[in-house]
Amino acid sequence: MSQSEHTAASAPGLAGTDREALLTELAHLLPSEALLFADEELKPYECDGLTAYRCLPWAVALPHNDEQVLAVLKVCYARHVPVVVRGAGTGLSGGATPVVRGVVLSLAKFMRILEIDPAARLARVQPGVRNLAISEAAAPCGLYYAPDPSSQIACTIGGNIAENAGGVHCLKYGLTLHNVVRLRVALMNGEVMEIGSHALDTPGYDLLALMIGSEGMLGVVLEATVRLTPKPRTAQVVMASFDSAIEAGNAVAAIIAAGILPAGLEMMDKLATAAVEDFVRAGYDLTAAAILLAESDGTAEEVADEIAVMSTLLENNGARNLRISQSEAERLKYWAGRKAAFPAVGRITPDYLCMDGTIPRKHLARVLTRIAELSAEFRLRCANVFHAGDGNLHPLIMFDARNPGELERAIAFGARILELSVEVGGTITGEHGVGIEKIKQMCVQFSAEELDAFHAVKAAFDPLALLNPGKAVPTPRHCSEYRLTGSAR
Amino acid sequence: MSDRVAEFRSRILERRPLRLRGGGSKDFYGGPLAGEILDTRHYSGILGYEPTELVITARAGTPLGEIESVLATRRQCIACEPPQFGTAALGGTFVGGATIGGAVAAGLSGPRRAAVGSLRDFVLGVKLMDGEGRELKFGGQVMKNVAGFDVSRLVTGSLGTLGLILEVSLKVLPLPLADTTLRFEMTQDQALAAINRWAGQPVPLAASCWQDNVLTLRLSGAPAAVTVACEKLGGERVVDAEAERFWAALREQATSFFAGDAPLWRLSLPSVTPPLDLPGPVLIEWGGAQRWLRGAVDVAGLRETAAKAGGHATLFRGGDKAGGVFAPLPPALMEVHRRLKQSFDPYGVFNPGRLYPEL
Repeated sequence: MSQSEHTAASAPGLAGTDREALLTELAHLLPSEALLFADEELKPYECDGLTAYRCLPWAVALPHNDEQVLAVLKVCYARHVPVVVRGAGTGLSGGATPVVRGVVLSLAKFMRILEIDPAARLARVQPGVRNLAISEAAAPCGLYYAPDPSSQIACTIGGNIAENAGGVHCLKYGLTLHNVVRLRVALMNGEVMEIGSHALDTPGYDLLALMIGSEGMLGVVLEATVRLTPKPRTAQVVMASFDSAIEAGNAVAAIIAAGILPAGLEMMDKLATAAVEDFVRAGYDLTAAAILLAESDGTAEEVADEIAVMSTLLENNGARNLRISQSEAERLKYWAGRKAAFPAVGRITPDYLCMDGTIPRKHLARVLTRIAELSAEFRLRCANVFHAGDGNLHPLIMFDARNPGELERAIAFGARILELSVEVGGTITGEHGVGIEKIKQMCVQFSAEELDAFHAVKAAFDPLALLNPGKAVPTPRHCSEYRLTGSAR
Repeated sequence: MSDRVAEFRSRILERRPLRLRGGGSKDFYGGPLAGEILDTRHYSGILGYEPTELVITARAGTPLGEIESVLATRRQCIACEPPQFGTAALGGTFVGGATIGGAVAAGLSGPRRAAVGSLRDFVLGVKLMDGEGRELKFGGQVMKNVAGFDVSRLVTGSLGTLGLILEVSLKVLPLPLADTTLRFEMTQDQALAAINRWAGQPVPLAASCWQDNVLTLRLSGAPAAVTVACEKLGGERVVDAEAERFWAALREQATSFFAGDAPLWRLSLPSVTPPLDLPGPVLIEWGGAQRWLRGAVDVAGLRETAAKAGGHATLFRGGDKAGGVFAPLPPALMEVHRRLKQSFDPYGVFNPGRLYPEL
């Protein structure tokens, strides 16, 4: 501790500054390895998965326990220093991008699974536990944690809670919101409260719903209890090729109209399929305009019935080349491609932006046609990956940041897609969060009064607006600037 | 703004306490009723229904029964079975039954809750009028939506204390293709152990009810899954028509257990809580997570018992409300509640005291 204190105080150019005073105080509270402040140590924290935006914080705190978290919060609260909480940093919207003159509070060391209770089907975990680690720990009990964002091998449950993460199975099994039952939360002033419980409800307002998806702006999750789901006995996936994305969309509608709720229902367009196939060799049909993956899970009999019904519906709606996974290995191979879609696209372009609009599926044709037009207009390629069951569209805009103006063009293209999502009755973000990436488009989706209400909600938890300030909810100034200059028309 | 909404607005802007009311089917629920009635029933109608997108949107005053009838024509439903506490579900008309706005404000769910989630889990969006008379839209009509704080679910179960719900969008689900009810002779101990064990297995459990040493179990889902589960679990099969009546009556609290004037307590507990020593007849739902108790009790003692088990006790119907209807909140949590109430309802117009005296 004394060593860190010494180093902090003697870092060049710091003497007598607010930053020096803060570092000195933090150094008293944290072991030396739990406080980073040299530029080269801060560098890895300058951005999250949204690498286009970077900012060096004053310091990164990596506390080991609740007391250290609370101590950091209290110091920052007293000094009015903003705090950005960080999990694995896999977020795609800049929710964990540091803010200037702020501290990054990394919960990476909170990685213990505290309890798996098979009888109650609950897991009590620290926020830095990886999503997939929960399922691995629960597997011997025949249970798993259902939400499975593509980044599940790396992303943490704390980050999932902050973003209300989804995945490819949420049509049937729900989002993070539906699978987290209790949180222990620290407010910015260091006060700790229990939100939710191991019962199915708690008295008073549903603060759990507010906390989940709050992008680290209301409180710091110290511990969470998540619901575990019995592992289905078996699962099978049918893969179908279509000559147009519109036909594939109609096939999805037909499956749902028939009363089937598939465990997964995913679509990829030709560009995405080609990128993925080149990467994972899943055996995707490269001639198809769109491919659809529809999964059924349950007992063997149930799955056989459902796959048969879905196959008929797919064929009646223009599918060709139907392939049904014949083994667990083959099923995982089909999914491997879909789950690797983002990195696969990353291989064929120096940079890409991943959009996250949700649209009512009936507008799919209009939206995809418009995206193709915009792609030509902005001279940038765009691959589309679609959680077809719930209307969550991920256009991946490819660009090369080394070419002057391309990043700006990509951002403008993305903004148009988000506005389009709102125009057809959807939303600018289905599961990635607003962060800094989509903050301006919030002005398109919400009125000034509604944004006002969001600020009031934040103030109820964090009156000094110190937790992740400047994220998710724009100020009126953001919006007037956007309307003046914006692509908002 | 429609005439009706303009009228709501002018009432709100008078800044006098209002008692928001739909069908009045849940007048018994929550703290004492205060304020002039603002009746939402004339603000009614389904605004949109997309069966292939699993979404329905309706005005607050739309009868829940009407919504369910429309959904049933496409073999869909509100899966968590919010109670109507009226005559509709038991063969009557919609009049006097619950409205969708009231259902969302109360946030109550029926027998299938443990299996499918609560009403809050199905709320996708609301349009709300706040204490300043502003129309605010939160959430939307799509299933995945993380833009802005999740105010539509905050409002669910807030007993109308944060604003007047004008419109609601819900996620709906297909009706199960197959449905079978089984009965088992079991003590409370045995029943709690069995349902928690089964809930941890891939069995299509939809609902459960234990009373007087009989466990009634509903299995719903794909036909093959239900058949396999029936063989596995054993028990005695209940005739379909009787089963249908049984679950409908349970949902509406129209069974003999719920009859009469004795206070009705609701204990919300972790499902694995062992049988509690409770001073009156008990009926257990939700796989052990919801336990009903009839009779006058020592309120402090009951609340302590529930809290020790990790849950809480609510005076659901009847009894003396002076001891508080809902379990009291810790001070830090109440402070957040107070600030939220203050920001949505700065003049204390909406259902004052219905949830907590402080709100």
